Amino acid sequence: MEAFGLLLHGFHVLLTIKTLSLMMVGLVLGIFVGVLPGLGGPNGVAILLPLTFTMDPTSAIVMLSCIYWGALFGGAITSILFNIPGEAWSVATTFDGYPMAQQGRAAEALTAAFTSSFIGSLVAVLLITFLAPGIASFALRFGPPEFFAVYLLTFCSFVGLGREEKHKTLISMSLGLLIAGIGMDTVSAQLRMTFGWSELYRGINFLVAVIGLFGISEILLTMEERLALRGHSAKISLRVVWKVWKDLPRYWVTLLRSSAIGCWLGITPGGAIAASFMGYNLAKRFSKDKESFGKGRIEGVFAPETAAHASGTSALLPMLALGIPGSGTAAILLGGLMVWGLNPGPLLFVEHKDFVWGLIASMYLGNLVGLVMVLSTVPLFAAVLRVPFSAIAPMIVVSCAVGAYAIQNAMFDIWLMLAFGVVGYVFKKIGIPLAPFTLALVLGNRAEDAFRLSMIGAGGDMRVFWSNSLVGSITTLALLLLFWPLISLGWRVIHQRMVKSASP
Amino acid sequence: MAEVENEIVVEDPTAPASDSPAVASTRSLEIVASLLLIAFAALMAFDNWRIGMGWAPDGPRAGYFPFYLSIILGAASIYGLVGSLLRRADATGTFVTRDQLRRVMQVFVPTFAFCLLTQWLGLYVASFLLVAGFMRIIGRIALWKSLLTSFVFTLAMFITFELAFDVIMPKGPIEALFGH
Repeated sequence: MEAFGLLLHGFHVLLTIKTLSLMMVGLVLGIFVGVLPGLGGPNGVAILLPLTFTMDPTSAIVMLSCIYWGALFGGAITSILFNIPGEAWSVATTFDGYPMAQQGRAAEALTAAFTSSFIGSLVAVLLITFLAPGIASFALRFGPPEFFAVYLLTFCSFVGLGREEKHKTLISMSLGLLIAGIGMDTVSAQLRMTFGWSELYRGINFLVAVIGLFGISEILLTMEERLALRGHSAKISLRVVWKVWKDLPRYWVTLLRSSAIGCWLGITPGGAIAASFMGYNLAKRFSKDKESFGKGRIEGVFAPETAAHASGTSALLPMLALGIPGSGTAAILLGGLMVWGLNPGPLLFVEHKDFVWGLIASMYLGNLVGLVMVLSTVPLFAAVLRVPFSAIAPMIVVSCAVGAYAIQNAMFDIWLMLAFGVVGYVFKKIGIPLAPFTLALVLGNRAEDAFRLSMIGAGGDMRVFWSNSLVGSITTLALLLLFWPLISLGWRVIHQRMVKSASP
Repeated sequence: MAEVENEIVVEDPTAPASDSPAVASTRSLEIVASLLLIAFAALMAFDNWRIGMGWAPDGPRAGYFPFYLSIILGAASIYGLVGSLLRRADATGTFVTRDQLRRVMQVFVPTFAFCLLTQWLGLYVASFLLVAGFMRIIGRIALWKSLLTSFVFTLAMFITFELAFDVIMPKGPIEALFGH
């Protein structure tokens, strides 16, 4: 029960007026970000990151993670009331959430969504509380080869398991790794890919790229669409909350199943979207009454919301324990860690106990406070959508520019942000995924350093990646995942041949 | 039901028409993007070859990793290019219609101008002009509302970043008048 004591310590760190008020501010900003069109979890966190530069790391991460929880809650509001998924992982929530709103059961649907979000993240936080310290202390024994193998595993699983076309994932990832390499090479202190351009000597900052890719490009994309809205407003009364909560135990299988799916997919990279669809589809498959799904069934709200939140939260587990983000937002939080002068990785649990346990405690408290807050203030946030986009869009642009400039105090970064905005817009429209790019950009230098340190240690012998059973199995697993599409294709061909030859 | 249900409706009078003619197909954009990526990969490969993409006695040189990454990027882009060349144009759909492009430019051009102005006038003045101008000209919101919103927003940004959080933004002649 060591974790329990440390968690209590975390709450102790958290319970100051300053941290608690930052938490509330974070949640409110997060819900705003989640509700507004053209913003979302990763954008919101990236844009608001500069606010935290002068804070101490614990307050900073508490505020940022609360923005993230708030955005997750906020996404459900627009999905249910307006049939507009604020985020890709809220798409599955619209299937049954919007029909419920049309039938005048909006309050019920919202309560269900918020409650199941809370349950999903609670399960994931419990998992983090009891699993992360163990994983971190195990990973303390990792040397450069093991770390490189884990990085390789992360990259390969994106290529092998992603739903996008493989060459597009590959383009996105290799471009991210290349851009991460621009500037001074950390091992040999040589300048590379700068072409004598002094602005590039310090490298391209990850956060500048993210603000452009997600913030600016999202505005361009939003403007392209019709911005008219038609939706329902809703007010949640205590009676409705009670009515939904009373029925909760009946859906324990769905909630548990979705939480498990969410946790699993959140830890492996690229999860929340897949998790919400999978949670929905499995709930439908195992239901006795499949026909009623999509027509306003409350289970159809429970299932995807639980899974999306469980995965959004558990994506922070590999980030905390190993320094590997499980989602785009986690990657941005990781970038934040580096700005605050913390070195992500297993040592965090040893060197920065206050920070880690403060963050974990804030996940419990943030979700609870967030739940109460959204339940009581839905009408207010739904009304935010009445604010015309032509007022919001330029404000987002200014916030993005402030964020990009503040990171290194460089005007060049504002131009860079604009360039990445255009790149992001084009990539999104031609179907090149941005998540692998983000991940590659934040992990690129660390992966290369790990590789080269292991090479220096082993005298340039590649066999170091199979030198013991641990690193060997991770490397092999990574390669298996990379070639998984080919392997499964080959397997299917052989299988078909065998079936044919068996029945001539 | 105890709740009062009423609708929230937001109109969008300048919405892009759904039958607006296409400016570019997704296929042609894919081809252009692939070509640009191939050029980028070639440029990067060249620079890394120049600084040494080989193997020193103690492991890879500085250019080793990026060199092979540019090869992977180039190969994947060529694969994509061939794929889009082989496909028929109408199979991929429209990249952007004329109405959509007009709307995208309505955001992009002011954003570009804002970046330019930031360089000369500082961020806060540029921000005031961008928000007020955008609301008035593109949003067609009443002038006084636009000016007021913009002023309050810019002032709030100034107080939050410059005064409360000590994050220093680029400033120009007007802030200098007030001694900042």
